[in-house]
Amino acid sequence: MEIHGWGRYPTVNADIDEPVDALSLSQLLQVQDQQQPAIPRGAGRSYGDSALAERVISSRFLDHFVKFDDAAGEIVCASGVTLEQILQISVPKGWFLPVVPGTRFVTVGGAIASDVHGKNHHLDGCFSEFVKSIGVMLASGETVQCSHTRQKNLFRATCGGMGLTGVILQATLKLSRIESAFIKQTALPAANLDEIFTLFEENAHSKYSVAWLDCLAKGKNLGRSLLYLGEHATDNNLELQDSFSVSVPFHSPGFLLNKYSIGVFNSGYFNLNKRGNGDKQLHYENYFFPLDRIHHWNRLYGRKGFLQYQFVIPTETAKEGISSVLREVSNKGKGSFLTVLKKMGQQNKNFLSFPLDGYTLALDFKYEQSLLPLLDRLDEIVLAHDGKFYLAKDARMNEQTFKQAYPEWEKFMKVRNQVDPDDRFTSLQARRLGLVSAPNGDRHVQ
Amino acid sequence: MSSEAKKVFIVGATSAIAKETARVYARRGCDLYLVARNENQLKSLTDDLKVRGASRVSFSVADLNHFNQHAQLVGQAAEFLQGLDIALICHGSLPDQQASEKSFELAQHEINTNGLSVISMLTELAEVFINQRQGTIAVITSVAGDRGRQSNYVYGSAKAMVSTYLQGLRGRLLPFNVHVVDIRPGFVDSPMTARFKKGPLWSSPIKIAGIIVKSIERKRHTVYAPFYWGIIMFAVRIIPEFLFKRIKF
Ligand SMILES: Cc1cc2nc3c(=O)[nH]c(=O)nc-3n(C[C@H](O)[C@H](O)[C@H](O)COP(=O)(O)OP(=O)(O)OC[C@H]3O[C@@H](n4cnc5c(N)ncnc54)[C@H](O)[C@@H]3O)c2cc1C
Ligand SMILES: NC(=O)c1ccc[n+]([C@@H]2O[C@H](COP(=O)([O-])OP(=O)(O)OC[C@H]3O[C@@H](n4cnc5c(N)ncnc54)[C@H](OP(=O)(O)O)[C@@H]3O)[C@@H](O)[C@H]2O)c1
Repeated sequence: MEIHGWGRYPTVNADIDEPVDALSLSQLLQVQDQQQPAIPRGAGRSYGDSALAERVISSRFLDHFVKFDDAAGEIVCASGVTLEQILQISVPKGWFLPVVPGTRFVTVGGAIASDVHGKNHHLDGCFSEFVKSIGVMLASGETVQCSHTRQKNLFRATCGGMGLTGVILQATLKLSRIESAFIKQTALPAANLDEIFTLFEENAHSKYSVAWLDCLAKGKNLGRSLLYLGEHATDNNLELQDSFSVSVPFHSPGFLLNKYSIGVFNSGYFNLNKRGNGDKQLHYENYFFPLDRIHHWNRLYGRKGFLQYQFVIPTETAKEGISSVLREVSNKGKGSFLTVLKKMGQQNKNFLSFPLDGYTLALDFKYEQSLLPLLDRLDEIVLAHDGKFYLAKDARMNEQTFKQAYPEWEKFMKVRNQVDPDDRFTSLQARRLGLVSAPNGDRHVQ
Repeated sequence: MSSEAKKVFIVGATSAIAKETARVYARRGCDLYLVARNENQLKSLTDDLKVRGASRVSFSVADLNHFNQHAQLVGQAAEFLQGLDIALICHGSLPDQQASEKSFELAQHEINTNGLSVISMLTELAEVFINQRQGTIAVITSVAGDRGRQSNYVYGSAKAMVSTYLQGLRGRLLPFNVHVVDIRPGFVDSPMTARFKKGPLWSSPIKIAGIIVKSIERKRHTVYAPFYWGIIMFAVRIIPEFLFKRIKF
C-alpha cells in the first residue's frame, strides 16, 4: 500500500503489519528475519520519511490502556494510544498531559520516538521528561524496560530515536494537575523580529507561548508576528468539548496556495489580530490543537504534498540566524503558509532529541523541485549559526548536515549497534541520514 | 446505574469490531462480560475497558467451537452481570476459500466457527432472554451471506445460515420483548482482512462499532454497515443467476 507522512512527500509502497499484542509482534520479528527491515509507525503525523520504509509495523492495534491512577496522576498505556484518547480520560479527572504537540492525533509511541515538544518547552522540556518508564521490544524479540534511571542509554537512545532502537510497546506517563479544561490566552502583536524576541524574553515565565509569524513581511516589518501566551484557567470546569470538525475531502489543486494567496492570508490575519485580541478563554482543544478541526488539512497543498522545515538556533545567534533565513526565503519568492516561532528551554540528555536553549522556527512549503536548493541553502545558514533540524519534520536533509547538527549521533549509533546490529529497524530517513550500520544502508534495499 | 449503563455480554470480544464496541459501552459506564479464546488479550482488554470507564468487567476464556461449553459461558455471564441487557456475538474467521473447497474437514471447521457455534450460542442466550423478558441479541454476520459468490461461498453460506436463523428467532422472541439485530458489515479494516488491499469502500472498526451501538438502541432488524452496503447488496442480489454464475468475484 502506498503510504506517506503528514507532508505527503515522499511516498513509498509498503507492506504493513499490524500486530495485536506483544506476542504477535515478537512472532513477526522472528519471521521477519529473512525479510526486509521495518520501521515502527504510529499515527503517521510526522511530516517526512521517519515512519516510512518498504515495510512498516503499525501500532494501530496496540491501543489499550493498562492503568490510570487518578490519585497519583499516572497513566500506563500501550504505544498506539493517541494523546486524544488520554486527554478524554484524564481531563474530566483533572489531569493534563504535561507536554502536547500541535496535534492530539499522535500516538504515545510517536511522541516518545520524536521526543516532542509543546508550547511550554521553555519551562518544562520535552515529552520524555514526563515518561516514567517504557517497555521496548528489541529486534531480538526481547522486551526491555527502561527509564531515566534504568537501562539509561537505551532510554536516551529511544526517546527521540525515531523508532530505530525497537518498538515501544508500553509507557508509563506522569500527568499534571489542572483545575480547568480551559486556557486563558493573551495575544500580543509584534511589529518586527526585535519586538517579538523582546516579548518572548519578557514573557519567559508564561506557561505556554508561541508566535505566529507573517513570513512575507519584508524590510522593517520582517518578523511581524503575533505572540500567543497561555495559562491554565482555574474555573473548575473540566468538561470535554463536543469537537466540531470538517474534512478536506480531496486534494485541492496545488496552485491555490501561491505567493499571492499566502500573502493575502498572512497580512489579512495579521491586520485582523494586530490590535491583539487581548485576553480570551479557550477550550484546550482550540488553544493547543486548532488545526485538528480540519481533518486532512494537508491535502490543501495539492497532490505533490509539502515540506515542513523546522530548526532551532541557540539564543545568542538566534535573531541573526532567523532573520537570515526569513530574508533568504522571501528573496527566493517562496511563501510559507504557517510560520511558527517559539522560545525553547534546556536541551535534555537524549542523543537525538531536537530542542535546545534557543529559538525554533517552523515553515511549510508546497513541494516543488525548486524548493530543494533553497532548503539546502537554509541548512547552511542554520549550521553557520550552530543550529539543528527537527527529524520529525525532515524529508530531505543530507547525512553530512545531520551529523554536523547532531554531534551525539555516534553515541546513538553505539546503542543502536548493540540492540539492532543487523539494521532490522530502518526507515527511509535513517538510510538517508546514515543511521544504519551498513554503509548507505543499501545492503537491504531491494 | 444510569439508564445508559447496561449489562453487556460480548462473545468473540477480542475481535477488532467487538473491542471498539466494548469501548463505547465502557465509556457509558456499563458492566461487561467478555468471552474469547486469547487470555492475554482478554486481560488487557479488561484493563483497558476499566480505564475507559466500565464499572465492572470480567471474562471467560473459551474456544467457541467447543459448543458444549456455551451453556456454562452464558450462565457465568448472566450471573456476573445479574441479567443481560445486550448480548453481542462477534467472533468469526475468514476461510481460505480454495483450501476449504477441497477439504470438507476445513469447510466444516469454518462452518462451525462462523455458523454453528453462533447458533449454539443463540440457543443458550434465547433461554436466558426469554426468562428475563427483555433485552437485545445482536450478531455480526456479513454481506457475504447475501449471495454465494465463487470466491467466498463457504464463509458466505455459514453467515447466511445465521442470518436466516436470526429472522426466525426474531419472531419467536418478539412476544417476550426481546429484540434481535443482524449486523451485516461490508469491508472492515481489521486483522481479519490484514492482507487485503484497502480502498474507498473500507470502514474502520470504530465506525462499525458506532453503527452497532446505534442499531441496538434503535431496535433495527437487519443493518448494513455502513448503509451503502445495503444498496450494493441489492444490486448484487438482483443480478440474474445466468449472469451471476459467470462473475468471478
Ligand atoms: C499538525 C501537526 C502539528 C505538530 N506539532 C508539533 C509540535 O508542536 N511539537 C512537536 O514536537 N511535534 C509536532 N508535530 C510532529 C509530531 O508530533 C511528531 O511527528 C510525532 O512523532 C508524530 O507521532 P505519530 O504517532 O504520528 O508517529 P509517526 O509519524 O507514525 O512516527 C514518527 C516516528 O516515531 C516512530 N514511532 C512511532 N511509533 C513508535 C513505536 N511504537 N515505537 C517506536 N517508534 C515509534 C516512527 O518510527 C517514526 O520515526 C506536529 C505534527 C502535526 C501533523
Ligand atoms: N473484517 C471484515 O471485513 C468483516 C466483514 C464482514 C463481517 N465481518 C465479521 O465481523 C466479525 C468480527 O470480525 P473482525 O473484522 O473484528 O475480525 P477479527 O478482529 O479478526 O475478529 C475475529 C475474532 O474471532 C475470534 N475467533 C475466531 N474463531 C474463534 C473461536 N473458534 N473461538 C473463539 N474466538 C474465535 C478471533 O479470535 P483470535 O483473535 O483468538 O483468533 C477474533 O477475535 C466476524 O464475525 C466477521 O466475520 C468482518
